[in-house]
Amino acid sequence: MYVAVKGGERAIANAHALLAKEGRGDPGLPRIEHRAVAGQLAVLVARVMTEGSLYDRELAARAILQAQGDALEAITLVRSYRTTLPRFGYTLPVDTAALPPQRRISATFKDLPGGQQLGATFDYTHRLFTDRDTSGPRAPEVVSPPEMPRVTDLLGASALIEPVPPAGADDPEPGDLTREPTIFPMSRAERLQALSRSDEGFLLGLAYSTQRGYGGTHPFAGEIRVGEIEVEFEAPELGFAVPLGRIELTECQMINQFRGSADTPAQFTRGYGLAFGRSERKAMSMSMVDRALRAAEFGERITAPAQDEEFVISHSDNVQATGFVEHLKLPHYVDFQAELGLVRQLRAEFRERAADEPAAPDPELILAEARA
Amino acid sequence: MSTGLDGYNIGYLDEQTKRMIRRTLLKAVAIPGFQVPFASREVPMPRGWGTGGVQVTAAIIGPDDVLKVIDQGADDTANAVSIRSFFAAVAGVRTTTRTDEATIIQTRHRIPETPLADGQTIVYQVPGPEPLRFLERRETETRRLHALADYGLMYVKLYEDIAKYGHIATTYDYPVMVNGRYLMAPSPIPSFDNPKMHRSPALQLFGAGREKRIYAVPPYTDVESLGFEDHPFEPQRFDEPCAICGSTGVYLDEVITNDKGGSMFVCSDTDHCERAAAALTGADPQEVIA
Repeated sequence: MYVAVKGGERAIANAHALLAKEGRGDPGLPRIEHRAVAGQLAVLVARVMTEGSLYDRELAARAILQAQGDALEAITLVRSYRTTLPRFGYTLPVDTAALPPQRRISATFKDLPGGQQLGATFDYTHRLFTDRDTSGPRAPEVVSPPEMPRVTDLLGASALIEPVPPAGADDPEPGDLTREPTIFPMSRAERLQALSRSDEGFLLGLAYSTQRGYGGTHPFAGEIRVGEIEVEFEAPELGFAVPLGRIELTECQMINQFRGSADTPAQFTRGYGLAFGRSERKAMSMSMVDRALRAAEFGERITAPAQDEEFVISHSDNVQATGFVEHLKLPHYVDFQAELGLVRQLRAEFRERAADEPAAPDPELILAEARA
Repeated sequence: MSTGLDGYNIGYLDEQTKRMIRRTLLKAVAIPGFQVPFASREVPMPRGWGTGGVQVTAAIIGPDDVLKVIDQGADDTANAVSIRSFFAAVAGVRTTTRTDEATIIQTRHRIPETPLADGQTIVYQVPGPEPLRFLERRETETRRLHALADYGLMYVKLYEDIAKYGHIATTYDYPVMVNGRYLMAPSPIPSFDNPKMHRSPALQLFGAGREKRIYAVPPYTDVESLGFEDHPFEPQRFDEPCAICGSTGVYLDEVITNDKGGSMFVCSDTDHCERAAAALTGADPQEVIA
């Protein structure tokens, strides 16, 4: 009995064997190959890459399979591998204005240089179960995509939107939360990194809360673009940039109201979101939370959770959150025993006090006496 | 030495990370009880399952070390087994369940009953490194309170306990003052274990992975559990001995034996219990647990 209460090596081995068996499903059906996952579940793969902070489709697909489709478990797998990789330095900033978009939309202008391009989107699909033809669109691909300047740059030209980086500021080095301790308050660069690793659902909820009055930022989707871009790295021993490969990105620039202050004329402000692969919901939510977190910068009153840096950043990482919530499964015998002892003691003291005190007079009796 | 895990460094973490953690540890030892921020890495366990302790152990463990891992005082709880087998695989070290044989003891929620000795290191897994967190939720603010040694909040909380219940009503993670300067969370060990921290000959290291903090108590350092002159700190006590080995003055787990309210009390420290029971019968300790 006593031994059975405590776990043991055999229990763990058996549990893992059972898990692997469950994950295999019906052995009469073929096993899903990770390349099939990378190709057919690309949106899920993008999420695992984004929140796992590692751009590797094949690895993310393997993680999804090993995790039996549990996104957070897959993200944890990817992160635990990523952290063991050596770091050589930073790549050059990617120029998303030059990103040849597979998709590019703006909700602020009907037409704009380069035009709108719907691309591969679930928008405007009817959510009905169908088997769609997968042979692709009929129209020929655009051979040389037109120039597509960023919407925010168009606004910036007439100073209607805050400049980035702020006028007079030098280009700050990017922070890296995975290599440096997290200290509040954070720089915006660090905050953006934290947000891009954050849980999509959590950011979605926070972004939604700002639309419902909890720290409103009045956002407009200035521009959302999705496409593949080359990543370059400047190796110090070479002295010039070498391309490392191409990555697919989703970028969202949210445009927000700012009424101006005593020393700043009215101007639009920005919220920024960037994620790997096709991750539009994530990029949009991120840009809204980014803007909400800039409240102090614009002298706005901080009243809502989405505006509170410590609250948002400390709770948005799903690897941390799920780990700590689920750690409640671990034994807490010792602490519970301590609390059990305390509750018993408090109850005993309560009974002693009750026994010592003279019985409270019966209110009926007092009333009767008063009447008499 | 082969680690048994292809593609991973000895002790899992890469050497740069180990160096970063060791630097953090040096700072932590130099300022007893002060929480040093560190760039906590992911490890292959979930956050909240001992990732801070695992990183500290990974950074200090070497081929000559003998590792003991306990959870709730026991060597055979699933999480302790899991972490022990992780280090056996990635660091290739010898493991033990005997407190006196271990050079490094990683623990969750307990300090072993067998007194720790000079040269031993105990690594605590810490869920919440900030003792003031539930009184002041902001990190920027608690950092300031520590800088000013402004611990009034905690004393007020303990005073309110006394006003309400007649005694302090904190039973685990009972706050301690280290070296007369920093208020420190001892991790959720029962207050029963607090006195063992005071001037312990062992090096005590604390790792909070999710919260990204490391702190330390060097050997022979004062660790005083908070209290008042008229209401001094009182660790919890048990009235009965262990039902298996008969030990008294040890921490006990209550094991429910039936659905009629029946229960028995047994040692939480399995190593201590096995050896005490063996001493009773004169049998080999391994046979007692079999």
